[in-house]
Amino acid sequence: MAMKRRTFVGAIAAAAILPAVAVRAQAPAKARVVVIGGGFGGTTAAKFLRLEDPGIAVTLVEPKAEFHTCPASNYVIGGFRKLADIVQDYSALAGRHGVRHVREAAVAIDPASKTVRLSGGQTLAYDKLVLSPGVDMRWGDIEGYDEAASATMPHAWHAGPQTALLRRQLEAMPDGGVVALSIPGLPYRCPPGPYERISLIAHYLKMAKPRSKILALDGKDAFSKQALFQDGWAELYKDMIEWVPLGQDGKIVEVVPGEMTLVSEFGQRHKAAVANVIPPQFAGNIARESGLADKAGQFEGWCPIDPFTFESTLAKDVYVIGDAANGGVMPKSGFSASSEAKAVARHIASLVAGRTPDLPVYINTCYSLVAPDYGISVADVFRPTKDGIVATPGAGGLSPRHPPDAAAFRHHEAEYAYGWYASMSQDIWG
Amino acid sequence: MNALACIAACLTVLLAVAGPAAAQSLAPTTGHTLAATCTSCHGPGGRSPGAMPSINGRSEAEIAKTMHEFKDDSRPATVMNRHAKGFSDGEIAAIAKEVASWR
Ligand SMILES: Cc1cc2nc3c(=O)[nH]c(=O)nc-3n(C[C@H](O)[C@H](O)[C@H](O)COP(=O)(O)OP(=O)(O)OC[C@H]3O[C@@H](n4cnc5c(N)ncnc54)[C@H](O)[C@@H]3O)c2cc1C
Ligand code: HEC
Repeated sequence: MAMKRRTFVGAIAAAAILPAVAVRAQAPAKARVVVIGGGFGGTTAAKFLRLEDPGIAVTLVEPKAEFHTCPASNYVIGGFRKLADIVQDYSALAGRHGVRHVREAAVAIDPASKTVRLSGGQTLAYDKLVLSPGVDMRWGDIEGYDEAASATMPHAWHAGPQTALLRRQLEAMPDGGVVALSIPGLPYRCPPGPYERISLIAHYLKMAKPRSKILALDGKDAFSKQALFQDGWAELYKDMIEWVPLGQDGKIVEVVPGEMTLVSEFGQRHKAAVANVIPPQFAGNIARESGLADKAGQFEGWCPIDPFTFESTLAKDVYVIGDAANGGVMPKSGFSASSEAKAVARHIASLVAGRTPDLPVYINTCYSLVAPDYGISVADVFRPTKDGIVATPGAGGLSPRHPPDAAAFRHHEAEYAYGWYASMSQDIWG
Repeated sequence: MNALACIAACLTVLLAVAGPAAAQSLAPTTGHTLAATCTSCHGPGGRSPGAMPSINGRSEAEIAKTMHEFKDDSRPATVMNRHAKGFSDGEIAAIAKEVASWR
């Protein structure tokens, strides 16, 4: 009874701030879907729900008016793109696709009453909720690394001001300085991202500050596309890059921002001119605080999902996609998030239409630049099984290590990396 | 209809259709679902705004043939061979039909 009353109150509040779509539409909405987070997963979900069925009322909850993509943010750090080149906005989503964009943050989700409370105090009621809040940083996991420390030692793992800060620091540092990176163990957003960043910082230093060094301190012993990256580093940057794996005391456990010092597990102190600390992460706060993430175990802090639907295994009618979800072997990428979103949009639209939903397929391709004209990739076609998501055997994998005309191959893949960014921008925000 | 009445009606509809999802309760993967993956690279409707080739406006037969050539490595590729190998012959047929229908 109490729950029913809450739903009712929520519905009134929702109606108060939500009438645009419902009233403007010819027919009453067939269902109300609320999407939290206007990044790669959420924006795709909102747009594709409307493409699937314009009868579904879709509300996107995202405080920002503009979104800086992490993809291509390493190009800004490397100095060959501007921050303005990686901005997306929501004008097409609202104008062309009829998605209602509420510029507030979600502060609480109540799966029992099927409502979302917003930062402005209102409540939205939903029939289905899609949650794609990305990651938040585990502040304090590395001793001394909190939000304040990131103003001195940027993570630049959310794009925007942090990206600009790291770029400015690289421009300001003297030739001959050490750029130190601290890289976490898995799982984290974008497994190859740190190594693309190392590459593109090296590209900049090689031209502008050739006596400088990059010290990459890693919390693991192996990484995504490792052989391809290391081949490229040897070819392009010689001994500018030193990568220190976990087994050689690479894991950073403490930072002292005032002294620009990073401290390893076994007490080595590394002093740096620029320190890019990428801390361990977990599902965005809203997901964890609403009880949608595992509270213990190997995937503590990430949201468990049904591999066939991405519906939360902890709450009915809540679909968690993107980095926040534990997608098993699917890497936490923008491409994955968008692919998951399309599948979820299709699934929800099928349920609303009274159709049996079809089995999904998910794909991913992560392009990385080792230099502006040197690209590599990893690709996979994923399928859900009752034991989790699996990569289709015999398909996918890495760019070849020794293609017949290697220079041309790497050049083509760099062009396709830029091409992917252009297409993806249209596919998601267009 | 006012918003509240709509909300009540919607809830009834959803409660009726929602149910647990499992492999056996789902229909076979459609061409629509398979081809939705292509636009991340080839652009909406297969119209690429950048360096990726556009695949809009091609016949079903041409798309199917090209996908098979990628799948058996008889056509040079950087990435399409790795993707095409992930689809069965039946799925390639369904993809070709769907992509050829894009306007
Ligand atoms: C340096 C770097 C390079 C990368 N390069 C690539 C690449 O080349 N290719 C690739 O595919 N991926 C890449 N990625 C990974 C990619 O950025 C992420 O995987 C992707 O952004 C995940 O999408 P998402 O929807 O889960 O989260 P996001 O895209 O981060 O979106 C989350 C959104 O949710 C909003 N939000 C959070 N909490 C709330 C709340 N309470 N209420 C309302 N809104 C909220 C946030 O404001 C944000 O806009 C890269 C990442 C990094 C860091
Ligand atoms: C990761 C990005 C990516 C995805 C996803 C992708 N493609 Fe491609 N596609 C390419 C690239 C790059 C080429 C150029 C050949 C190459 O280098 O692999 C290409 C080439 C093609 C061509 C030949 C075009 C020409 O003019 O020669 C066809 C047809 C095609 N793709 C169809 C598809 C279909 C259908 C899908 C979805 C099932 C798909 N592609 C998914 C990147 C992609």
